[in-house]
Amino acid sequence: MFSSEQAVDWVRRTAAVIGEHATELTKLDAAIGDGDHGTNMARGFRAVLERLDGLPEGANLGAVFKAVSMALIGKVGGASGPLYGSFYLAIGRELGDATEVEDGAFAAALRAGYDSVVARGKAQLEDKTMLDALHPALAALDAALADGKDLGAALDAAEAAAREGVAATIPLIARKGRASYLGERSRDHQDPGATSSHLILGVLADVVNGR
Amino acid sequence: MTVGLVIVSHSPKIAEGVVELAEEMAEEVRVLAAGGTDDGEIGTSATRIADAIAAADSGDGVLVLVDLGSAVISTRMAIDELLEDELRGRVRISEGPVVEGAVIGAVQASTGSALDEVAKAAARAATLPKVKD
Repeated sequence: MFSSEQAVDWVRRTAAVIGEHATELTKLDAAIGDGDHGTNMARGFRAVLERLDGLPEGANLGAVFKAVSMALIGKVGGASGPLYGSFYLAIGRELGDATEVEDGAFAAALRAGYDSVVARGKAQLEDKTMLDALHPALAALDAALADGKDLGAALDAAEAAAREGVAATIPLIARKGRASYLGERSRDHQDPGATSSHLILGVLADVVNGR
Repeated sequence: MTVGLVIVSHSPKIAEGVVELAEEMAEEVRVLAAGGTDDGEIGTSATRIADAIAAADSGDGVLVLVDLGSAVISTRMAIDELLEDELRGRVRISEGPVVEGAVIGAVQASTGSALDEVAKAAARAATLPKVKD
């Protein structure tokens, strides 16, 4: 099961983790991007926290994720704003006015979020983007659930797959965003967007597993 | 009325400057700036873009000129997720360059052309020769 309280917890703790890793994300981005991913994401998630404070007690899952999306799309600035904004908006749309859903329904919502990022960003796998963390993670999540594992165990598998996906971005040549203007020189750097996606999924696994 | 234009740039100053220029060339056309984030930082904001599109529309549609990267993604998100269904069908993202496309698009719009024609004119600006006769 996944509840509104867990959703709020996921997002609040994500804001803290993004804040802690802001310098690292910015450093990764400075190597191949415009050097603002950490600052942008931290600013976006600070706006998310303000929005969450304005939500009524017991808000449903759709409302929680929509609030997250609206804060990110207006405040982040770079491509990660509308991309993560699309991710959370689609999750919220999928979950609607429920305040608690079954494991399978939550996994399907994450899948809808992923599909929305793909539709918006039009990146392919191995373009050195957040998809390179999200795609293997969701495949691992679905496989674990199909195997009869519970959501917590499945999300641990997803987190591990995302971590491997992040490492696998290092040798890739970027084909999207500012990094793509660098061509060959974008090699041998870890992608900041894949890194933040992994952080976000790691927090989710912790929340669902009660860690 | 005429087709309206929205200028999306990572820089609020670029967006405002292009509006200034396009208005000078075609003062009867509604041209609105949607540059920067909600806080005026460098970046783009889907909510700002959606608001500008709604304000630029007089019923004849809106052509959106964009700079790079997240400008395209934010504009797509604004159109797909934030606009009223009724308005969505008459909004186009231009292939044209921001400055040249905005000027040529605004002039075309000022003649009362439909959205298709304005979009074509702005897109042609991408291949306009500058130093070759």
